[in-house]
Amino acid sequence: MAVPKRKMSRSNTRHRRSNWKAVVPALVACDRCHEPKLGHIACPSCGTYNRRQVLSV
Amino acid sequence: MPRPTKGARLGGGPSHEPLLLAGLARELFQYGRITTTEAKARRLRPLAEKLITKAKKGDIHNRRLVRKTITDVSVLHTLFTEIAPRFENRPGGYTRITKIGGRRGDNAPMAVIELVEGEIATKATVAEAEAAAKRAVKEAEQAAETKADEAETTEA
Repeated sequence: MAVPKRKMSRSNTRHRRSNWKAVVPALVACDRCHEPKLGHIACPSCGTYNRRQVLSV
Repeated sequence: MPRPTKGARLGGGPSHEPLLLAGLARELFQYGRITTTEAKARRLRPLAEKLITKAKKGDIHNRRLVRKTITDVSVLHTLFTEIAPRFENRPGGYTRITKIGGRRGDNAPMAVIELVEGEIATKATVAEAEAAAKRAVKEAEQAAETKADEAETTEA
């Protein structure tokens, strides 16, 4: 089995990890309550999608 | 060449999958709306709609075909006597899937699948509504134009 020949330097490790980034989700305002929510998904705060009640809140 | 079924593979194995979908279909007809993962909802939709189409035909042959999937006799009865007549005039599209975001714990995308309710809009009413919308736009444009003309004449 192939194994690493050398210990990876702290620098290399940190350079690699510096590219792990969180992405801001694209939010849209809800039709009904104007709360920010994810697109194409029922609003978690008022429970509506396309002005139709989907979830009981 | 055999073409795989659309959508995700479900369950612990090939024999588990139809059983799982049958269970979901039974619950859907029993409760009218169920919350499940989006992948399961997307697999359930074609199955449930085919069962409703068979239930709409309503004869003994179709009842036996549906009974292969819906083994609970009371649910079978509701499907044939209550759900199928409701969709008498609806040409397919009996269910609606609405995404409701990630599940707490594993962030699995969840969805609500429900039997569609209410009367379907006939073609005539749809055409009428569209025509009305077009007229409104036209009138608004005309009003804007006349206003612009008036402004020009006053300037001249």
